[in-house]
Amino acid sequence: MSDYAWAPGFVAGDRPRIVTSRFEHEDSYTLARYEATGGYAGLRAALARPAADVHEEVRASTLLGRGGAGFPAGVKWGLTPQGVFPRYLVVNGDESEPGTYKDRLLMERDPHQLIEGCLIACYAAGLSRCFLYIRGEMALAQERVATALNEAYAAGYIGKNILGSEFSVDIVLHWGAGAYVVGEETALIESLEGNRGMPRLKPPYFPAAIGLYGKPTIVNNVETLSNLPWIAHHGAAAYTSIGTESSPGTRMVAVSGHVRRPGVYEIVNGTTTFRDLIYGDEFCQGIRDGNELKAFVPGGGSAPWFLPDQLDLPFEGRLVGAAGSMLGSGAIMVMDSTTDIPSAALTLTKFYAHESCGKCVPCREGGTWLMRILERVVEGQGTQDDLDLLLEVGGSICPGSMPHAASSELGLEATPFPYRMTTICFVGPSAYVPVHSALTLFRSEFESRVAPSRSKTRIPVTAIGGER
Amino acid sequence: MARFNETNLATAHEIIARYPRPKSALIPLLHLAQEQDGYVTDEAMRQIADLVGVTPAEVIGTGSFYEMFRFEPTGRYLINICGTMSCALLGASDLLHAAERTLGIHAGGTTADGMFTLHQAECQAACTEAPCLQVNYRYRFRMTPDGVEQLIDDLRAGRLDDEIPPHGTLARVRQHIPADRGVGAVDPDAVDGPPAWIPVTVEGAGS
Repeated sequence: MSDYAWAPGFVAGDRPRIVTSRFEHEDSYTLARYEATGGYAGLRAALARPAADVHEEVRASTLLGRGGAGFPAGVKWGLTPQGVFPRYLVVNGDESEPGTYKDRLLMERDPHQLIEGCLIACYAAGLSRCFLYIRGEMALAQERVATALNEAYAAGYIGKNILGSEFSVDIVLHWGAGAYVVGEETALIESLEGNRGMPRLKPPYFPAAIGLYGKPTIVNNVETLSNLPWIAHHGAAAYTSIGTESSPGTRMVAVSGHVRRPGVYEIVNGTTTFRDLIYGDEFCQGIRDGNELKAFVPGGGSAPWFLPDQLDLPFEGRLVGAAGSMLGSGAIMVMDSTTDIPSAALTLTKFYAHESCGKCVPCREGGTWLMRILERVVEGQGTQDDLDLLLEVGGSICPGSMPHAASSELGLEATPFPYRMTTICFVGPSAYVPVHSALTLFRSEFESRVAPSRSKTRIPVTAIGGER
Repeated sequence: MARFNETNLATAHEIIARYPRPKSALIPLLHLAQEQDGYVTDEAMRQIADLVGVTPAEVIGTGSFYEMFRFEPTGRYLINICGTMSCALLGASDLLHAAERTLGIHAGGTTADGMFTLHQAECQAACTEAPCLQVNYRYRFRMTPDGVEQLIDDLRAGRLDDEIPPHGTLARVRQHIPADRGVGAVDPDAVDGPPAWIPVTVEGAGS
């Protein structure tokens, strides 16, 4: 179910499109098609101006990072320390967040757009070598990007003196080998250095200051960079005229699960509501089999869950944060009334427990504990105590109050994002998030399948075998 | 067999030369070894250690972190059936059961003829096309239990040989940087000034 047989999952619709504009062409990944549809015009426009001006243009566009954190790209580039060289660009194409696959489509369908984005970023921020890190399991994306890089080198778009200018940069293709945590930017850098992909402690040193090989490094997401050719070509003003002031431009959103027409959509940023996305005719067209919506995950597997109460919220970072969740990587997973909530939570917790790199104890131990206890509960072997134990173990990963959605049925107010955490990165908390959401919003489903608490017999320390 | 053949050794040197520090080539070289032999042999790890200038322990130290590297003989076809959220919501466990039944092995096992290794995998980034699976990292979307049986039958009969190379081969196109176009990798510590297109007076590129 796609508008184009060659792009499974993609639904075009009648909306402004920035990063998916070429998807309608079956050969969108070729240099010939790219050049015939305005390709590399943004690079030419950029090279005609001083680098600092191009940087300023991107800053003015308020292009927000699309990897999960939503930090403005132009500001990130400016965080490199003065006078320290070389500076590197590392492209994060290690997309693995459950529910998400916008970057894979962008790499498979329009690799030259990504390459042009990398070149513009390197030019504007003075980055002299680019490493394009693609998730290992994405064989087709690797093939398409490798072919595109070879074409672009031959045509003079990459390498020495690009298009006859002083600008020279190499783009090196690098494959991952299967590790979710490497999507975290400092783990990505570790992996690129040939090490186990374990996140580095930060602060104090962010990659922009001390990154790859200890040098200033900008890590940008594939979708973020794919926006740059359009911005360089059409200007920041045209970009900010789409979307809202705090969230300009468009955004790729993948909606999956129990909907009639799951798909990846490029939507206008900040205005489209979850109701539009799940029920709208041009999007998912409602819940399958005429069932009722039970809950949905609004921003990838790491995001706290939403209920039908939150349907009228727009897909906008700040509003979703205030409502108790996050947009993350732009993936919505929909659960209908037939869903067994404890089992659904288990699939996600299992994912994060499995993907823990093992560096931080609360994640390494806590994630596995959460998974094992939840398994016991799902299999009907749990007790009431186990539900409390889940919250206790979770509390050792995320101390204090956890963000959650409001529920009119339960009379529950929202607790805004984010949470506090005892781990370096978000993998540990992400193992707890689905457990916490499910237990907070659907506690009765857990209570109905656990046995009462076992009675506890206190055994006095000195009394065993002795006279009392 | 285990040592890189001549072509792959040349490829290995080409890959190493792209990185400012050779250890960065460790993961790409492990992929190359797996492509040549179907899995990563001890011998290959020793050679990679020599090539990038680390100890063999460091090579397995890094390699064992990543799920795609296999350190024992693996089926010609590695079938990864996704078991994460969206696929689970739409019947992924039926796919796994169908594959286990058809192959006569449990997830994690390899068939006696060395043709198939079966895994339950984590999210494969095709959630709107759930339930999905990958064979040697090539997708099959919106699968059914019958479809799994058919797929295994097709693989056994060699009907998908053109589309699906043996386990270990990822992209069939490699990047080649032409010698006359490439800038080349430079030791990070040997660079002390801004790149040519950044005027020294406004260095910091607008920051």
